[in-house]
Amino acid sequence: MIELIGVSKRYGSAIAVNQVFFKVNEGENLVLLGTSGCGKTTTLKMINRLIETDEGKIMVNGKDNRNQNAEQLRRGIGYVMQNIGLFPHYTIEDNIAVVPKLLNWDKKKTADRVRELLLKLHLPENCLKFFPAELSGGQQQRVGLARALIADPPVLLMDEAFGALDNVTRTNIQQEFKNLEELKRKTIVMVTHDVQEAFELADRICLMDKGQVMQVGTPKELLFNPANEFSRQFLDGQRLALEFKVIRVKDIWSNLPDGKNKTEKVLNPELSVWEAMEKLRSETVEELTFHDGKGIVKTLTFDDLTKAFNQYKNSWHYE
Amino acid sequence: MNEQQTLWQFMSMESDKLLNQTLQHIGLTFISLLFAVAVGLPLGILIARKRSLSGTVLGIAGILQTVPSIALLGFMIPVLGIGAKPAIVALLIYALLPIIRNTYTGIIGVDKHITEAAKALGMTKFQILFKIELPLAMPVILAGIRTATVINVGVATLASYIAAGGLGEFIFGGISLNNTNMILAGAIPAALLAIVLDALLALIQKMNFKKLRKILMVLPFVIIVLSAFYVLPSAYGSGLKAGFTPEFMGRQDGDLGLKTAYGLKIRTVVISDAVMYKAAFTKELDVISGYSTDGRLKAFDLKILKDDKGIFPPYYAAPIVLQSSLEKFPDLENTLNLLAGKITDSVMTDLNYRTDYLHQSPERVAKDFLVKNGLYKSPKNGGAGTIKIGSKIFGEQYILAEMYSMLIKGNTNYQVETKTGLGGTKICFDALLNNQIDFYPEYTGTGLLAILKPDSRVIGRITPDKDKTYAYVRNEFVKKYKIKWLKPIGFNNAYALMMRQKQSAELNVNSITELKNHLDKN
Ligand SMILES: Nc1ncnc2c1ncn2[C@@H]1O[C@H](COP(=O)(O)OP(=O)(O)OP(=O)(O)O)[C@@H](O)[C@H]1O
Ligand SMILES: [Mg+2]
Repeated sequence: MIELIGVSKRYGSAIAVNQVFFKVNEGENLVLLGTSGCGKTTTLKMINRLIETDEGKIMVNGKDNRNQNAEQLRRGIGYVMQNIGLFPHYTIEDNIAVVPKLLNWDKKKTADRVRELLLKLHLPENCLKFFPAELSGGQQQRVGLARALIADPPVLLMDEAFGALDNVTRTNIQQEFKNLEELKRKTIVMVTHDVQEAFELADRICLMDKGQVMQVGTPKELLFNPANEFSRQFLDGQRLALEFKVIRVKDIWSNLPDGKNKTEKVLNPELSVWEAMEKLRSETVEELTFHDGKGIVKTLTFDDLTKAFNQYKNSWHYE
Repeated sequence: MNEQQTLWQFMSMESDKLLNQTLQHIGLTFISLLFAVAVGLPLGILIARKRSLSGTVLGIAGILQTVPSIALLGFMIPVLGIGAKPAIVALLIYALLPIIRNTYTGIIGVDKHITEAAKALGMTKFQILFKIELPLAMPVILAGIRTATVINVGVATLASYIAAGGLGEFIFGGISLNNTNMILAGAIPAALLAIVLDALLALIQKMNFKKLRKILMVLPFVIIVLSAFYVLPSAYGSGLKAGFTPEFMGRQDGDLGLKTAYGLKIRTVVISDAVMYKAAFTKELDVISGYSTDGRLKAFDLKILKDDKGIFPPYYAAPIVLQSSLEKFPDLENTLNLLAGKITDSVMTDLNYRTDYLHQSPERVAKDFLVKNGLYKSPKNGGAGTIKIGSKIFGEQYILAEMYSMLIKGNTNYQVETKTGLGGTKICFDALLNNQIDFYPEYTGTGLLAILKPDSRVIGRITPDKDKTYAYVRNEFVKKYKIKWLKPIGFNNAYALMMRQKQSAELNVNSITELKNHLDKN
């Protein structure tokens, strides 16, 4: 659990972070979103005290982070850097095993854990003896993640961890990231300026501008309940695509026509509207059949889907 | 090719000395390097941490670097004496700047993101320094150490000036003796040493991190072992200690003669004559090889040991004049002879003492002397031609040139032009041969050994007798060069062994034979 209470940071007369409040619940993934220079990295670094706050306080797991030894605090918080920051003179194995060394793990335990992460993060086994420069950017990014995860810290901070990658690789890693069991238990604060990524990975989003928090909420809340003009405009360019991604078939369940029981394969209504549309287009079928697991079956065409989606959206506006 | 062979001959003949000097040289280089790293590395780290100090520290190290090496050695002597200590400290000072500077630039050059990552993972400042910053800065730091090593190999040649050994003994001995083989026997190993060490360190510097880590574990031990080659020259033997110039060490009428003629066995270090007298005075040395009319003899209260077996050839000073000039200026010979027999050893020593030690001008010293001896006359300012006087580049010659100038101006109608400071014997003598000067004061021993260079049998036959020597050079010069030796001025500026007055009296050692007997007894 992480809580920021009135946190500010100044550089000279400029204020980089201004009176920030937010709370990240245990196991939650909070994404700090905002344009370049709005104070995301600064906010993140104040959590593990790479930067000290000027005002306010930060609670990590119920304790003021300034009341702990900085090194001890950091060893319990995984940190993935904006610039990866692998040690060029360490092999990949040594890079991943930095924290275990600091914590005096025995060799066997370290080696086992390194191999476990290698598998989970789809890194080739033979890369352990390599140096970082011998790996691709995507592989380096994974090593950076492995390094942060090795000691299984309850808190993970990630700064544009997928920023340096091409779109295809980024989408792949994002998917893998979402599906990593290991991460589901963790309290994560993630920085990005990529709206799609934020919506893909966030439980909640903290939208920032010029050092201030503009809105904290779920992706849905940001989309349908913008707290101010900034929030609204920030998403305007990609609003429709985001809505399709955020809304799931189960959300618009009641707006969909009842289906005929068919023998074809049935789909899970956890699918987003976006994913359902993709299926309708790519699989050359006219209809999709969903089963909610409680005996109700719905069959829908592209038209049914868009109609239900629009009805659902309108209902938000009248709330 | 002939040169080459004799160089090899020289090297194999002197192989003991060569090996010893080379080991001393390596040892000296690495001992000082070790200290320089021990001082420079922490300083470099400190200023990388506290950047505000970097200007001051690098500035000071930079200024120290620009102090000329000989001057630096000179500054060391009053504080640290002669021998190993001042040499090591001086070398350390030269090695400091590249090590501090490269440690500093190496550390501040480490990518900030990498140190930040280390910090974020929970490394302490110390861990970041030793695990991240120093290893990543290591190629740059090694480049600094490499520079420092090469500088040290070069500067270590100067250690022989202050009795700290090394290949400089051959190099500077060879220069003084005009012995090319001897110079090369010192210079070639020194150059090879620099090249080899430079190449080795370049190799290490370019290694990848894995190998580098292993090498760095071994390197300090290698440096310590190499340092141990420097068996401190003062570490062996006891009793009296001699300091001889590199030139004296290599001469038949020097150390070699002392060994063969007297059988003198004394613990000996090689030292520059600039610091030798002072070192005898401060009791760091007991016996030195000086010049018998040197002013410092008086300044430091030293006593000349009698050369009872006559191994040091006489160096009686006399003006040597072109015969053509004597014909052109008929009054010249008599005028120059006014000084003949007038200046004894002790008088010359006193005159030298006044210029070298009391810093009176040669002109004043010359005038005072002439006035006191009733030889001074005010200048006639005549117009009967101009006589050109030459002199070599040291005090005694300046004084003599001044005296001759005053005598000529006062007693004849000639004008005088002095060309003082004509470097060494060769330059002065060539100027005379080419009629650029008319005369200059020369020494019989120099005329014999440096100019005429007869074979060793002739030398052995005539040098024990000062008159035979004078007669020989006088005849030969007329025959060969049409140059005339006028009457000797009186003093003999020869090599001499000297001791402190007090010690000589205490030990009752007045001659070289007595010195040998004293040494044999103890
Ligand atoms: N060390 C510093 N000294 C002075 N100003 C700084 C410093 N670090 C950051 N800033 C300023 O603080 C503001 C916030 O910086 P920060 O790095 O937190 O932005 P960001 O949101 O992470 O941007 P980006 O998306 O480009 O990484 C910027 O205006 C930046 O110029
Ligand atoms: Mg940033």
